[in-house]
Amino acid sequence: MKRARSRTWLLWLIPLAFLLYFFYQPLLAIFRQVFSERFNQGWQFFTWSQITQPLLFTLWQAFLSTLLTLLIGLPAAWLFSRFDFPGRKGLRALSLLPFILPTVVVATAFNTLIGPRGWLNLILMDLFNLSNPPLNLLNSLPAILLAHVFYNTSIIIRMVGNSLTRLNPHYEEAARVLNASPWQAFREVSLPLLLPSILGASLLVFLFDFTSFGVVLMLGGPQYATLEVEIYTQAMSRFNLPMAGLLSVVQLAFTLLITLLQNRVSSPRYGKAALNSERKTLRRPVSRKQKAFVILMSLLLLILFVSPVISLVSRSFVTFEAARGERGEFETGFTTRYYTELFQNRTGSIFYTNPLAAIRNSLVYSVITMLVATTMGFLTAYALSRAGRFRRWLEPFFMLPLGASAVILGLGFLITFNRPPWTSGRFPILIPIAHSLVALPFVVRTILPAIQGIPNSLREVARVMGAKPWRVFYEVDLPILLRAVIVSLAFSFTISLGEFGASSFLANARTPTIPVTIFRYISQPGALNYGQALAMSTLLLITSAAGSLLIEKIRLPGEELF
Amino acid sequence: MLRVEEIYKDYDGKPLLRGITFEVGQGELVCLLGSSGSGKSTMLRIIAGLEDPKSGKVCLDGIDISQKPTHERGFGLMFQDYALFPHRSVAENIAFGLRMARLPKSEIDILVRKALESIHMQDFAARPVTELSGGEQQRVALARALAPDPRLLMLDEPLGALDHSLRTELLKDLRKRLHDSQKPVIYVTHDQEEAFALADRLLLLNDGLLVQEGAPETVFNRPANAWVASFLGLGNLVPGKIIDDGRVETALGLLELQTQSEIEIGSDCVLLLRPEDALLGEKAEQLAHHLRAIVRDSVFQGEHYRLEVLAGDTLLQVNSQYDIDPGQPLSLGWLQNALLCLPVS
Repeated sequence: MKRARSRTWLLWLIPLAFLLYFFYQPLLAIFRQVFSERFNQGWQFFTWSQITQPLLFTLWQAFLSTLLTLLIGLPAAWLFSRFDFPGRKGLRALSLLPFILPTVVVATAFNTLIGPRGWLNLILMDLFNLSNPPLNLLNSLPAILLAHVFYNTSIIIRMVGNSLTRLNPHYEEAARVLNASPWQAFREVSLPLLLPSILGASLLVFLFDFTSFGVVLMLGGPQYATLEVEIYTQAMSRFNLPMAGLLSVVQLAFTLLITLLQNRVSSPRYGKAALNSERKTLRRPVSRKQKAFVILMSLLLLILFVSPVISLVSRSFVTFEAARGERGEFETGFTTRYYTELFQNRTGSIFYTNPLAAIRNSLVYSVITMLVATTMGFLTAYALSRAGRFRRWLEPFFMLPLGASAVILGLGFLITFNRPPWTSGRFPILIPIAHSLVALPFVVRTILPAIQGIPNSLREVARVMGAKPWRVFYEVDLPILLRAVIVSLAFSFTISLGEFGASSFLANARTPTIPVTIFRYISQPGALNYGQALAMSTLLLITSAAGSLLIEKIRLPGEELF
Repeated sequence: MLRVEEIYKDYDGKPLLRGITFEVGQGELVCLLGSSGSGKSTMLRIIAGLEDPKSGKVCLDGIDISQKPTHERGFGLMFQDYALFPHRSVAENIAFGLRMARLPKSEIDILVRKALESIHMQDFAARPVTELSGGEQQRVALARALAPDPRLLMLDEPLGALDHSLRTELLKDLRKRLHDSQKPVIYVTHDQEEAFALADRLLLLNDGLLVQEGAPETVFNRPANAWVASFLGLGNLVPGKIIDDGRVETALGLLELQTQSEIEIGSDCVLLLRPEDALLGEKAEQLAHHLRAIVRDSVFQGEHYRLEVLAGDTLLQVNSQYDIDPGQPLSLGWLQNALLCLPVS
């Protein structure tokens, strides 16, 4: 037993070194950048409003987004955990859709819905014979809020819905028998019992809204900059790395604060007894009020979850205007041109990014990410499960990368690895490494429960029956873990394929990824660029959906990411 | 006085309750007894207004209250899992119903203190209910149900969640408490020991119908049919056929009854042979009709040995003062007046 333990200590060192070099070093570099600037120039290198303005806006939009998300999410959670109605399972599956969509895809999808070339404007133009799009929803706060609601409603549905289903219905019934009206029973009994999960879910949604990058960058436009967008702008357009660094420090501090708060409020308060009912709480809607609620709510959710996706896919097959610079070639209607164009190599423009190269790059990066993240995640999870009393100290060290956003990671990489061999190589290994760091916490969270779920008695039985330690691992651990490993592989592959935050810092014109290319296309004028962005988004959507389907199929029931 | 009339209820499209009618008088303790899934808990939930019947009425003192919402009925219900509010203390749990009834705070305090005294848990007032033992939880749940002075108290398997030794202890306590409360009580259980110990009257529920209703002694002495005898575990049930007045054809031979059975001649019936009434050895041989059997097994049960014997092809259970080795032959029989002939259902 002693020897086995010393060997696991050796396994530690690999993810430890990886994190130290690729996560903590860049993080430190950001801090160093900020403070060396302070020593060189004093605190004069920025004005307070440069921080407070994006910070306040970030907090404000996160607050509004969370509020709106709760407004739809809470009734939706109620719908799924209390009512049985035709199509319930399908709708519930649909509500998971946002989880799997990369931010760029969501942003383009909403662009096709409410943007100047989107369906809403096209329909209005057609109806009222207008020559210009009447609604200017893009580059506005509502666009950001809408995308955030789309993204995070499912978190509320999942987390609060979970507690709702597991809440023992006898509590509310006992209150009813004890003279409480339905409203009193809810307020006095159910609500307090559900509050930890509602608060926890809200803070998680707030955290996601606070750190949201791609959606805000692509739907908010220049005047609505959150901290992350401001970090990106300062670093990539103004080349003001100290300012970007300072904003990152602020961002990190707030993220940490929200995470700590989230952990505190969502810990179960009243023992496990309150929320462990296995009872069937689903009922068919009976009264007219209930029926109306079920129909309206499911319709609303259907529109919320499905319309952006349908809008994106359908819009990628339709043309309405002449492609820029190709006078005379004017056609309206169904087209596959945006797709065929992706595979044609036109060079000449300096803005040109080769879509084929982007697809090839993304696939290669994803495969590397898949292997690196799963290996590191597996080693980390195994080490954590064996760490015993050291775990308390080591777990935050390994889980911290979840708190740091991809944008900050990208910035850190930019500052740290700005020298050979990183910059000289023809092959940009930094991108898949950044992706691996983004995927690592998810991998650990998938594999760790699987490892801990193996009862030690199974290993002991194997040992008693004469299996040597490696044999025990091979016969007991491995077959059980295989599932989790496959899920991790699919997870990290999908994450890498859709990753935008870090890639936007690290991918240059020679090494584009799919999301970065989509961003470039959609930021450039011209119907063809727009169409190609949609076509690529659709392809990315299909790949991500396939990956997630695979994950759902393999994943053991009852495993939740949040 | 509570009266339920012709209650019908479906569950998952199948009939669960098929026309249940009964009454509970002032101060009467009625036990609703039946196997699990027989719809006894649903019956309570319908009376409480937590579920609507498909048809039928619930009347209190002659007034139909079927349309009244739960919180206006003024009944008490104690759940099998107690459903003590985990986010409230012992005292707050007991005060809940009083608070909902909008009693003044001073009065609530007095009533809660009294309730705590009555269950000898004065020192537990501020404790979280999650820290109580099973027995303590049960007492608090009962105190909570009784605190708002309900017009009717219903208990759904109140001892079901406890282990056996605690059950016997709490049963005595519960019996006293319920009788002291002077309230009409409906007590749901599947355990006949509990029912016999507590009930003024038993209601036996099987397959959605009330099979028998009566005092525990009556039900014990004269079970209404074979299901009741089997559910209560009254003894050996031997299928037979009535061939003429007072004579039953069974696998054990032709048996004569003392009392005339009300069952139609020529129809099937079931004969109840209680183990404790069995005569063995010489005593049996003095009977006009006795059986020859082989002892298969003997189990010591404290006051007696429980023998399993094979008479012909029929296995029977009988009580014996002596241990008899398996394989030994044995004569046994029952006095005519100890035989009971029951309808099949």
